[in-house]
Amino acid sequence: MDVVINGEHKKIKGGTLLELLAELELDPRAVVVEHNRKIVRRVGLADVTVAEGDAIELVHFVGGG
Amino acid sequence: MTTAVETIRDEPLTIGGHTFTSRLMVGTGKYPDMDTMVRAIEASGAEVVTVAVRRVNLDRSKESSVLHFLDPKKIFLLANTAGCYTAADAIRYARLAREAGFNDFVKLEVIGDEETLLPDVAGLLEAAKVLVQEGFKVLAYTNEDLVTALRLEDAGCAAVMPLASPIGSGLGLLNPFSVRTIKRRLHVPVIVDAGVGTASDACVTMEQGVDGILMNTAIAAAQDPVAMAQAMRMATIAGRTAFLAGRMPKREVAMPSSPTKGMLD
Repeated sequence: MDVVINGEHKKIKGGTLLELLAELELDPRAVVVEHNRKIVRRVGLADVTVAEGDAIELVHFVGGG
Repeated sequence: MTTAVETIRDEPLTIGGHTFTSRLMVGTGKYPDMDTMVRAIEASGAEVVTVAVRRVNLDRSKESSVLHFLDPKKIFLLANTAGCYTAADAIRYARLAREAGFNDFVKLEVIGDEETLLPDVAGLLEAAKVLVQEGFKVLAYTNEDLVTALRLEDAGCAAVMPLASPIGSGLGLLNPFSVRTIKRRLHVPVIVDAGVGTASDACVTMEQGVDGILMNTAIAAAQDPVAMAQAMRMATIAGRTAFLAGRMPKREVAMPSSPTKGMLD
C-alpha cells in the first residue's frame, strides 16, 4: 500500500496506525501521530486503519531553543 | 547555608499556576553532543528546558528523541513552535507537542522574517488567542514592544517573552528601557528570551527586574558549554539579587567614599 509518511512516499503492509508503528520499529510512547492532518491519540492508534494515499506525520521532541 | 537571595526573600517564579525553582531556562539545541548538553543543563541549574517538535527520522529511528537524554520527572519540558512562520503552523505544532503528554505549556513562536527571525506579532496574537482558548499555557516569544506585550497579556498568555536581541545573535540586551517598561506594565511574568551572549548579558538583563531569562546558543555555542552554563547560573542569580538589592543612583560627578575631614595639614 502506498502512503506518504513524513513527506516521503512509502510502501507499507497496511493495517492500523499501531501496526504501522510496529512495522517502522517505532515506540508508540515516543512519537505523536498525525493522520491526514488529524492528531490520533495514543489510545486510539489501534482503532484507525491506514488507507491508500494517506498522509501520516510522525513527530517527536528534538533539541531546540 | 543562607544564600543572598534567601536573605532578601525572593518570591518564587510562578507561571500558569506552576512554581519553578530557577529563573534561568535553557534550550537543548546546537550542542556538540548529548553528553555535553546533559552536563550543561545540570550546571545551569535550570528546571525549565525547551525542546522542538520535528519529524522522526525514519531511516535512523534508533538515534531518536532528545527525551532519551532528559528525565521529564526532573525537568520541566517546554515545547516550542520554533520554525513556524504562520499562526496555523504554530497552532499545529503546539497541539502535537501537547499530545506528547507532558504538560499544556507552549513557548509560542511565530516568525515573520528569515534573516532576523523577528516575530510576526499579528500571527503571534492570532495563534495565542486560539491556543489559550484550547487550554494551553502560552509563553509568547515577542519583540520588545510594549503594546504587543499588553495585547498578549490581554489574550490570556501565561507569560510574555520579549527578546534581548535576535535569536542566536549573542548581541545581549539591546533595549533595556523597553524591557523594563514591559515588566513595569504587565502582571504576568516577563521572561527575556533570546540574544544573550555571555554572563554579563544575563546579569544586566536580570537587573532590569524581569522574572526570568531563557537562552540556548550562548551556552551551547560556548567553547566550554558546561562552564558557560555555570557562569549563566551565577549571573542570573547575581542580576536578580542586584535588582532586589536596589542599585545606587547614578551621578554625573564623583563623590568621595572616604571622609573629607581629618586630613593632615
